[in-house]
Amino acid sequence: MVTPAHFIALAVILFVIGAIGVLVRRNAIVIFMSVELMLNACNLAFVAFARMHGALDGQVIAFFVMVVAAAEVVVGLAILTSIFRTRRSSSVDDANLMKY
Amino acid sequence: MSHAIVLAGPAAETTRLLAFWVLAILAVAAALGMVLARKAVHCALMLAVVMLSLAVMYLMLGAPFLAFVQVIVYTGAVLMLFLFVLMIVGITAADSIIETIRGQRMWATLAGISMLVLLSLVIGHAVIGPAAPSSAKFGNANVRDLANLIFTKYLYPFEITSALLITAAVGAMVLTHRERTRPKPTQRDLSRQRVASGRPTPLPGPGTYAQHNAVDMPALLPDGSQSELSVSPVLSGRPAVRGDQNQGLQQPALPPGQESGEQ
Repeated sequence: MVTPAHFIALAVILFVIGAIGVLVRRNAIVIFMSVELMLNACNLAFVAFARMHGALDGQVIAFFVMVVAAAEVVVGLAILTSIFRTRRSSSVDDANLMKY
Repeated sequence: MSHAIVLAGPAAETTRLLAFWVLAILAVAAALGMVLARKAVHCALMLAVVMLSLAVMYLMLGAPFLAFVQVIVYTGAVLMLFLFVLMIVGITAADSIIETIRGQRMWATLAGISMLVLLSLVIGHAVIGPAAPSSAKFGNANVRDLANLIFTKYLYPFEITSALLITAAVGAMVLTHRERTRPKPTQRDLSRQRVASGRPTPLPGPGTYAQHNAVDMPALLPDGSQSELSVSPVLSGRPAVRGDQNQGLQQPALPPGQESGEQ
């Protein structure tokens, strides 16, 4: 029997994988993808909790998360593009102009 | 959506369990692949797999609206945006394996695993009840009830969302806008430039006097040798570029190597 606990466990695993991706990867685009993975894991938990409580509020929150994620991706990728245009690199190690 | 019918019966329950495990294993494997794949394009494709399996899971959880939004917005729009930016930034952008901070990877993995342990403890101690009894909210009336909630209880967050989206769109345009620092070259400038470059004519086309006219087939010069100029430098590094084997005047194929050109 599939319970909400199954989905929440899966959400936890996906969230942790995304977090490791953010910490490990050096390419800024891949880091963005890992952040998206974390957001998706949160959405899954929201929807599972909505199913558990029998109320739709969790689904509404997940919907808002999707909207915010879309906005975040747009701005983040625009920043990446402009950084790439000046520095010719998408590695987070090379964007160190504001260090110190 | 015949959700109530699907829920009935032990056989349906087994099917749901099977679907969950297949999707869960697929999602976790794809997520791991995303973190481990070295090329950014592979990461994007793996992420698409994760998102699609999550969409099916939303359907299983009685959220058909979110499932379709997931496919349309995430897999359709967000991932396409990622792929477009990858095309601009360069498909070649593979991660370097060199660690700038010593032991970073090990410590990051350790931190991730400890977070997994922490979260598992928290979730394990929490009481997660069974799913609420199935109702129309999670089936036929899902979209209608969601709309009711969004436009009544969550009206103000929804309105603020529109401001956020407009800000994001304007921000993206401002950030990617480029001022033209020199005047746009006219046709006269372009033709001057071309004559001054030493090659006023266009480059030779591929396949001329060869047996095929595919783009990866170098043109043959009058003396039978191959013209390297006739093949795009992007293609010339690939093993796919063929010498014309059936030609009587056989020449060695274009120099292989130059891995930097493509990858």
